[in-house]
Amino acid sequence: MSEMSSNIILVILVTSFATYLSRFLGVVSSEKIDAKSKIFRWFNCIAYSILAALIARIVIFPAGVLEEADLWLRLIVIIISIIIFIISKKNLVYPTVLSAILLTLLNNYL
Amino acid sequence: MSFDSPAIALGASFIAIGALLKDIGFNLEQSIFSTFLTYALPGSLVMAESFLVGASLINIFLAVWLVNARLYPMTVSLMPLLLHKSQPRWKYYLSCHFIAVSAWLIMKSNYQSIEKKYRIDFWMGIGTGTWSIAIVSTIIGFLVSDYLNKDMMIGLAIVNPVYFACMMVGAMKSLQINLSIILGAILGPLFFFVSPEWSILYGGVLAGTLAYFVGEFK
Repeated sequence: MSEMSSNIILVILVTSFATYLSRFLGVVSSEKIDAKSKIFRWFNCIAYSILAALIARIVIFPAGVLEEADLWLRLIVIIISIIIFIISKKNLVYPTVLSAILLTLLNNYL
Repeated sequence: MSFDSPAIALGASFIAIGALLKDIGFNLEQSIFSTFLTYALPGSLVMAESFLVGASLINIFLAVWLVNARLYPMTVSLMPLLLHKSQPRWKYYLSCHFIAVSAWLIMKSNYQSIEKKYRIDFWMGIGTGTWSIAIVSTIIGFLVSDYLNKDMMIGLAIVNPVYFACMMVGAMKSLQINLSIILGAILGPLFFFVSPEWSILYGGVLAGTLAYFVGEFK
């Protein structure tokens, strides 16, 4: 095995360990937490807030290729998709498929 | 039933990951191995970015741990709903690997319709399903990456946040959760100006705590 590929394997192992750690500690803590307790409700709020913060960050301050579409284009696509989601009685197929097509087209022709 | 629908968004996200991993020099086996073992999208993105700039293993560990630390409150707010005395412990420690935004949101919106004793088994089904889609999509992304142009990659990249945003809107059913989501979406980006690395944790914990107290004492 070349040095490069053993390096990649190490990177993957370190990444998966860093990821599993939070899941594992979460299960350990869960053993002592009742689903009706206040601490459960608090963690529930934090989980939803962190996810909302993550989504907002991906849209407003993206890290990858998304950077190459303008901020206002990204926001328009997100807002239109949420409206489609609500109008279509919470169907996930229409907004997700349309969002990809919409952003590709808008980014090309605007 | 709309069970086919999350697959599209999840698939699109991991197709993008497969293409990205090929781009940074992973081979097919390594790309599969990565999704198989990690199965959390933001963590894989951070790994790819860090790998590209030649970050040390310690740096990669810390960066991934930080971005995936959200899995801790997600696990704590899911597993107590699935715990049952008659079920063996290994199921919980094994299936926590499936905790990622997609599977978590699906389980959170469906657990009430499943008898408590069987919830962990239902969860393992959802987890295996979403995880398999992620692995197959990584393979597809790796194989088709040469045929994807930049505009298509941009289009694929928006699918994931759109999917998550829609699922969040669908989850807004109580004052506490509504506030958590709205405050999180505002405070997360605001804290980006304070600290890009810590913005999600700072913003999320503060927003969730505020929403919790407003909901409890109203």
